[in-house]
Amino acid sequence: MAIYGVALLAGCMMFGLIIGDLLGQVLGIEANLGGVGIAMLLLIFVTNVIHQWGKLPDSTSSGITFWNAMYIPIVVAMAASQNVAAAFSGGLVSLLAGVLAVVLGLALVPVIAGKPEPEQDCQDEPATAVASNTAGSRRG
Amino acid sequence: MFESLIELFDEYHLIAAFAVIGLTMYLSNWLSVRFTNGKFHGSAIAILLGLLLAYIGGVVTGGENGLADLTLFSGLGLMGGGMLRDLAIIATAYGVRFSEIRKAGVHGVVALFAGVIVSFLAGGIIAVGFGYTDPVDITTVGAGTVTYIVGPVTGSTLGASSEIIALSIAAGLVKSILVMIVTPMTSRIIGLDNPRSAMIFGGLIGTTSGVAAGLAATDARLVPYGAMTATFYTGLGILLAPTALFLMVRAIA
Repeated sequence: MAIYGVALLAGCMMFGLIIGDLLGQVLGIEANLGGVGIAMLLLIFVTNVIHQWGKLPDSTSSGITFWNAMYIPIVVAMAASQNVAAAFSGGLVSLLAGVLAVVLGLALVPVIAGKPEPEQDCQDEPATAVASNTAGSRRG
Repeated sequence: MFESLIELFDEYHLIAAFAVIGLTMYLSNWLSVRFTNGKFHGSAIAILLGLLLAYIGGVVTGGENGLADLTLFSGLGLMGGGMLRDLAIIATAYGVRFSEIRKAGVHGVVALFAGVIVSFLAGGIIAVGFGYTDPVDITTVGAGTVTYIVGPVTGSTLGASSEIIALSIAAGLVKSILVMIVTPMTSRIIGLDNPRSAMIFGGLIGTTSGVAAGLAATDARLVPYGAMTATFYTGLGILLAPTALFLMVRAIA
């Protein structure tokens, strides 16, 4: 049933948020530290385990893939509810600060990505990491 | 007649939002195919349209939630709010291969620290350039440039004035919105076309909404990888900005 998938997704989310919240409290910050990321790892892990048992019916996974497919529309709704007017009314300081941060951040992507690491994973073909990376992004 | 219509939209706001966003997506995909031959993603156009409408909504109502402040479109706030957005982001992880994440793991962590520090410095340097000398002000603007959540949290911890806090929020918003617009345009130049660089991108840029929309407009398959690292960014910023980074600013200023 689709609700099993939705419940699994929701369960992972709540569990991740709880861990993220606890992490924040331990470190004494008023924020959820990586709760969503932890939930993502948990979902990958749990669905892999269930797959290995061979028991994830299509109807169940449809509860997850529906929300996956709703991602872009939700992001569009998010864009439409951003405080864009405030961003432009902050004056030159905030405008330049934001622009500089984005330029530097984007410029650093190839610097940190650098040369791909030599392949260590024996499951992948012995091709270069570049090739396997592009293959990875083409998947799905 | 018209009033009862608005009332109906208000009562069924989430459902109305689904319909409105569906129409926006359809229009955007049509524009993409018709005028750009599909080269400019339909989702990128939809996000730009969304931002434009948010600007109009903000100017018309003077509120903080873009188009969602108009009663007719109040459901957009729920649909695009943190709860459903995070649920959908987590759902994108379904089907991701763990080996891809492990491969970029260390670089992702490096990117996270570099991203927080570089954004902070960008904001701090601009603040100094505009004549701010108080370490609290410089730190708050720098923290806001990290994300618009880190700014106010840091500012209120350090006791910054509300003007500075507002400035820091604006800096974070500019960054977030700019990322949404610029990412699909620069993706080829910076090599943003594989899970590894997406994880590094997420760590360097960090603002969840910016990364989420930027990657959605570039290649939706990269979303889980970028979101994975970005989700730690705000927490790390809140951890570093009022502590280590503030001490650094105070030592220099």
